[in-house]
Amino acid sequence: KLFLIVIVDSLVHWADLEPVPQDDGPNPVVKIAYSEKFSDVYDYFRALLKKDERSDRAFALTAEAIELNAANYTVWHYRRVLLQALQKDLREEMRYITDIIEEQPKNYQVWHHRRMVVEWLNDPSEELEFIADILSQDAKNYHAWQHRQWVIQEYKLWDNELEFVEKLLEEDVRNNSVWNQRHFVISHTTGYSSPAILDREVQYCLNQIRKAPHNESAWNYLKGILQDRGMSSHPGLLEQVLELKETHCSPYLLAFLVDCYEDALENNNQKETLNRALEVCEYLAQEKDTIRKEYWLFLQRSLESRFGPSAASGEPLADGTEPPAGQQELS
Amino acid sequence: MDGAPAPLRCFSERHAAEVFADDGVETVTSAEQKKVEHNIEEVISVYKQIHSLPQPTLLREQHYQYLKKGLRHLSDSYECLDASRPWLCYWILHSLELLEEPIPAAVASDVCQFLARCQSPTGGFAGGPGQHAHLAPTYAAVNALCIIGTEEAYNVIDREKLLDFLWSVKQPDGSFVMHVGGEVDVRSAYCAASVASLTNILTPKLFEDTPSWILRCQNWEGGLGGVPGLEAHGGYTFCGTAALVILGKEHMLDLKALLRWVVSRQMRFEGGFQGRCNKLVDGCYSFWQAGLLPLLHRAFFKEGESQLSRQRWMFEQQALQEYILLCCQNPAGGLLDKPGKSRDFYHTCYCLSGLSIAQHFGNVDLHHELILGKEENRLVRLHNNYPEFFLSCSHVKAPTHPVYNICPEKVAQALQHFHQLPVPEADQRHGASSADGPSAPAASSGSAEHQS
Repeated sequence: KLFLIVIVDSLVHWADLEPVPQDDGPNPVVKIAYSEKFSDVYDYFRALLKKDERSDRAFALTAEAIELNAANYTVWHYRRVLLQALQKDLREEMRYITDIIEEQPKNYQVWHHRRMVVEWLNDPSEELEFIADILSQDAKNYHAWQHRQWVIQEYKLWDNELEFVEKLLEEDVRNNSVWNQRHFVISHTTGYSSPAILDREVQYCLNQIRKAPHNESAWNYLKGILQDRGMSSHPGLLEQVLELKETHCSPYLLAFLVDCYEDALENNNQKETLNRALEVCEYLAQEKDTIRKEYWLFLQRSLESRFGPSAASGEPLADGTEPPAGQQELS
Repeated sequence: MDGAPAPLRCFSERHAAEVFADDGVETVTSAEQKKVEHNIEEVISVYKQIHSLPQPTLLREQHYQYLKKGLRHLSDSYECLDASRPWLCYWILHSLELLEEPIPAAVASDVCQFLARCQSPTGGFAGGPGQHAHLAPTYAAVNALCIIGTEEAYNVIDREKLLDFLWSVKQPDGSFVMHVGGEVDVRSAYCAASVASLTNILTPKLFEDTPSWILRCQNWEGGLGGVPGLEAHGGYTFCGTAALVILGKEHMLDLKALLRWVVSRQMRFEGGFQGRCNKLVDGCYSFWQAGLLPLLHRAFFKEGESQLSRQRWMFEQQALQEYILLCCQNPAGGLLDKPGKSRDFYHTCYCLSGLSIAQHFGNVDLHHELILGKEENRLVRLHNNYPEFFLSCSHVKAPTHPVYNICPEKVAQALQHFHQLPVPEADQRHGASSADGPSAPAASSGSAEHQS
């Protein structure tokens, strides 16, 4: 019976329109074995597109086409043209796009469409809650975070975001997307210049590190907020980290130490500092972070070259160094 | 390789100690990671039982049959890629070229004719015949045509219209939208720079402000996000970095921070790469992430870095090969994300591309190989500082590398072909920057103007 309904439906509603089959040519490649429904919907879609028909049936068909392939950006574009041409109810469109995103949250087109509708309505009031809901299902959805940052920045909705970040970090302190959001919010509001804020953030990191020493995100954040100011600029930090080394050691702590030593060397080249740095690199390369052995050995050679005794005399190191590119290769 | 096969890293006693340390604090992240590690452990243990001598094998014949079939026919499960068919052409053709499987002339010609149907009358390529142009299928189509490398293939591309298309998606702030009325992210800069440089339609004005926009994508982690402010991500980091390499501006990045970020993305237990910190391993990042290391090696080299290795990239090449060969192959052909996932052509392309990078180290006068398992596992070299590249570079300024992810001979051949043609004069009337007045005349034939 459903079969008959479908036939009658097409006869009644689409009789005047000649469907346009896809022009794949005589010897197609990467030919997809479309279902009958898929072919039908898209054959009619192509017909409408060709005519540039601006009608309710066209609008209805875009929903069908989207359901069959939500990544078809040509269909989405057409739907937006129709939304404007037919003066469709954008509130209803928000409800529609909400449902689609819930079903297919990892698609570029759906999020872009939502952004367009929000812009047309100039109404972000549902966004933070909606995105929070999507994130409750997948706390790292990249599109969701992108949309969230756009909404917050565009409509200046910074006020409660740090609170949101803290809540999510309590749920999963290893969620790197949330650490990124933390950086996003702070850098666009208070900034990291004030000692009070910087100190608060450093303490926050260290607290998280104490709870879960092998959480790479926390260590990366700590380095991230200090690197431009200089790791050794924060008094007492090196000592705190050396203390942590005894009970809460990790490859990340050791890497952080190397960074502290490197920073110290840049300000004050001391043989003892260099030796410690080289030692930690060796330890990482051979024991604690062997997957990155090539990198740690490079860093070791690099430190030696920049700060070691041979650096003063300008002699190249003996082992396998490459001369800088000669211009002869570029002629 | 003669003699006993090299011991597998994942068989060593120390390997077990590399599992994720959750410090007794379980979260979604640690639970997911432990699940994956458990699956990988299973795979390794099964492999140990079946194979007395560890000789991981690339299932060439199976992959070849999978690819050969896919180039012609795909099941309805591919309806979701109906707006990405040039991608399918590229993923399959590139996989075949890595496997050194020739493309029959008739098939090559059919691909050319199909891609010609995907070309938009207003320039650029679309996801399928009759669809709108989009930078991603444009990138894929141009790459696929360059892999084919015949006159017919090169002639498919309407360079004048392609330039118009690029102008039509250029934004005042230096970024590009992916298609008219579409979204901005750093992929678009890479797609635009890649096709413009290969087909010799690149002018300085076209990429004005693009490097500074890309630089804004580098964040506190050292990697790049899709747009400024976002989390560092392997795919976007590759796109941004490769785009800057093409534009000759890679030195503007904080290369040390980027290097630290990318090497940290290799998983100590699995051996493959994750896309973002604290997320899961995925075979496709074998290219997007590991592929950054040749780019960075060259960038450091250009900056006068004297301590670069002459034998190895700065990642664990053997571990990556083990991950791909033991964990990412479907026995019936095709490669995949991780055990338990289905095969697809995207993963086949990028796992093989990553495998090639892990097997070959090279610079201008040095080429060093590290083939895991049988000699037959060896893939075609993906890239690198072949002298020809530098020669052709003198006309372009942008280096050519695992920048394009097509074989170096094909890059050189395409550059050679298109650099004999004059750079088209752009009709910018419909472009985003039309408010700036008439465009400067295009550079004379044979040498594109360089960015200031």
